[in-house]
Amino acid sequence: MTAELVRGQNHPLSQSRLEIRVSAGTPVVAVAALGDENGRIHGVEWVAHPGAPTQPGLEVSRQAAADHRLAVDLDAMTDAVHRVSVLLALPAPGGGPGPARFGAVAAPFVAVTGLDGGEIASYTITGLEAESAVVALELYRRQGAWKVRAVGQGYAGGLAELLTDQGLPEAVPLAGTIDEAVARGLARSVQAPPPRPADGDRSRQPAAPALGPDQGGTAPQGAPGPVPPSYGGQPAGGPGQTGPQPAYGGAGAADPSATTGGPINYSHPGRQNSAPPPPPPTAPPAQPGQPAQPVAGDATGWSMEERLYNQVWGMFEDLARTTAAYRSAVDFAESRMDKELEQTLSDPRSRIGGQGDAAREAARARYTHLVDQARAVLDRDLVQLVAEADVVEPALPPAFARWDNPAWHAYRVPMEIPMALRLGDLRLPEADRIRIPMLLRLPLERGLWIDSGRADSVDGSFTDSHDMRRLAMETAVAHAARLLAVYPAGEFTVHVIDPAGSGAQPLAPLTQTGVLAAPPAQGAAGVTDVLGRLTQRVDLVQMALRGGAPDALPPGFDTSQQLLIVNDFPHGFDDRAVNQLRYLADEGPAVGVHLMMVADREESAGYGPLLDPLWRSLLRLTPVPDDHLADPWVGHAWTYEPPLVPPDSQVLHQVLTQVAAARRSWNR
Amino acid sequence: MTKGQAISLQKNDGGSLTAVRMGLGWQAAPRRGLFGSRTREIDLDASAVLFADKQPVDVVFFRHLVSDDGSVRHTGDNLVGGVGQGGDDEAILVDLSRVPVHIDQIVFTVNSFTGQTFQEVQNAFCRLVDETNGQELARYTLAGGGAYTAQLMAKVHRTGAGWTMTALGNPANGRTFQDLMPAILPVL
Repeated sequence: MTAELVRGQNHPLSQSRLEIRVSAGTPVVAVAALGDENGRIHGVEWVAHPGAPTQPGLEVSRQAAADHRLAVDLDAMTDAVHRVSVLLALPAPGGGPGPARFGAVAAPFVAVTGLDGGEIASYTITGLEAESAVVALELYRRQGAWKVRAVGQGYAGGLAELLTDQGLPEAVPLAGTIDEAVARGLARSVQAPPPRPADGDRSRQPAAPALGPDQGGTAPQGAPGPVPPSYGGQPAGGPGQTGPQPAYGGAGAADPSATTGGPINYSHPGRQNSAPPPPPPTAPPAQPGQPAQPVAGDATGWSMEERLYNQVWGMFEDLARTTAAYRSAVDFAESRMDKELEQTLSDPRSRIGGQGDAAREAARARYTHLVDQARAVLDRDLVQLVAEADVVEPALPPAFARWDNPAWHAYRVPMEIPMALRLGDLRLPEADRIRIPMLLRLPLERGLWIDSGRADSVDGSFTDSHDMRRLAMETAVAHAARLLAVYPAGEFTVHVIDPAGSGAQPLAPLTQTGVLAAPPAQGAAGVTDVLGRLTQRVDLVQMALRGGAPDALPPGFDTSQQLLIVNDFPHGFDDRAVNQLRYLADEGPAVGVHLMMVADREESAGYGPLLDPLWRSLLRLTPVPDDHLADPWVGHAWTYEPPLVPPDSQVLHQVLTQVAAARRSWNR
Repeated sequence: MTKGQAISLQKNDGGSLTAVRMGLGWQAAPRRGLFGSRTREIDLDASAVLFADKQPVDVVFFRHLVSDDGSVRHTGDNLVGGVGQGGDDEAILVDLSRVPVHIDQIVFTVNSFTGQTFQEVQNAFCRLVDETNGQELARYTLAGGGAYTAQLMAKVHRTGAGWTMTALGNPANGRTFQDLMPAILPVL
């Protein structure tokens, strides 16, 4: 078991031969110093540092590196030694480019392990600011046994100030010696291979100093293989980055340790994400008896985006299940009460005197008691979910965020396609305070249908059909704008068919900012033209894919995803156009052509069952709250709320203006 | 544990258990005679039936791996057993603190889906583990199985504010938990 220490905490050590692993996001100098019972360092021979890497029972690395392994043998210490301090320092600014204070880098992580690699205790040094040197750990003798303590005491004046504080007379000259040795180590080390274009991750890693050939020699023999990805601090990279790489630079061949040893690099050269993911945020320890405080991103995943996505789905499932528990308890309570009341009625004895009343009273009391209990459990869970939603919602990236989230005001045209898109909010009547973001994976797998029919909404307010159509079109525009905004510039194209021009007003944000490929198509001729082009496109891409020659598409072919918004269906559609639309619905999604129908199904009732498969293939959304969506676990009917832009908000216009600008510069 | 024995799931320090795992492990007995080393695969299935006032309300088995309320989870169907050589082949996790308030008994059963009787199974056991620290609370061995294809292993039921587990060990016959309902009702 690993003890995760907090500052000041100690932990017993049962072994005397230990290894101390250090990982920091940036090269650091590791120094081990011996102290007497008062913690004083008697002289330079009590310090193992890059200039003098071995002392009795101590061995440190010769240079600054993002990952260190220090060997410590407590049995080899003389009786005068009562304390072994592990010190970390940032290399002097003259020694190379690098931050001069720990506040600017990821929190360093230190772990004490046995020779078998098993972690005994670990400590993440957090809360550092202007300090450039820090006492990370202290191994100390207490009544004949050794213990480790997490110290975390930092010094803004660097190693010189730190060593002076530990009572070393020659602190300043020694600090100078260490700086010099580190600088020499830098000059001696093999430069890292130039970043390869295929692997974006590698170029972001801290460069050369971590990769010297000497490091292979200073690591204790028999040490476990590559440092496993640590969860504290920002790891420097995958195993491939931390080990010596004798194949590069040629100089490594002269070093025997580099040719004989050295872990094999198993990482795939072309694969992204070979580096371990940055650590998930950890919840602060819970107060005893209290549930843990929720943290945004507290779920599995390789990126913050994926963690938030998984966390949202986790909240969705938890809410579905906790509500199912409540509903089934209430159902049970009701059926039990009904049965008991019926028994009372059918029992002739209960008709005389107060016996029957008492039995009825008891049945009702039992009902109330159980429902109250169930409600208490539900409320307990809801409080936790509300707290979680309160931290998750503000942390969401634009693609997952509501339009009123400040993330949209800080919007920049993205470089990568997000994992998912927020289509709206979901809620249950028992939990009015919780809105679960409805996230749909991208790229789209099916088209969308914004239902402009059925003018009665769940809250009972009646919306007339004219308003409903306008609302539906506004919703469609909000969805389309979001899709345009979360795709990189030029990778998403929107076409609009608005045969009668009735959607001109809601479409204004799209038409005015110039994000559409062409003005909305009008009239029967426009319908035929747009459908014809998209049909041809689907056909072309399919032929190329089937022929196994996806690169044989004509030059200048627009490979972006396509979305076709159809307003007022079936107005302006002839039989041929309807067939083309069905073709697009069936074949389009596989080749990146999607439909967004804004329609009232009743209006196309004249086609009979012919169009049923079309409607079934689309995901139905509504412009007003409506309880038609079921969750995949229990099948509750969730109330869907469309993601409308707050009234009077300019956010849509601002975002689309940026998208349009990016599209223009991309087309150039 | 022996048949009929009951243990309280209150912890020694007064706190009550929050999460328990019912683990099931087995190996097919080697066949005697020619090709004696060949074993036949035996598919045992663990199920948990949730009762409210003697009414079955929900069930967790290989076709419904999570109870609707999410408090009882089956880790998945194992068709052959013997994987862990002593470890659990199938497990059902119960989050006792999240079991809906009206559920007052949970019965754990084992069925032989492939139809072999428990005579052909060896090293079969069922155990209850405190999921929070991995400590084994109770173990019940199916050894000495007779010519029956199912067994009611144990039930966990509410007592006061906490839960108690009772070892059952009643033999029964059936392919899935539905066939066992007549056998289960008397032990509630």
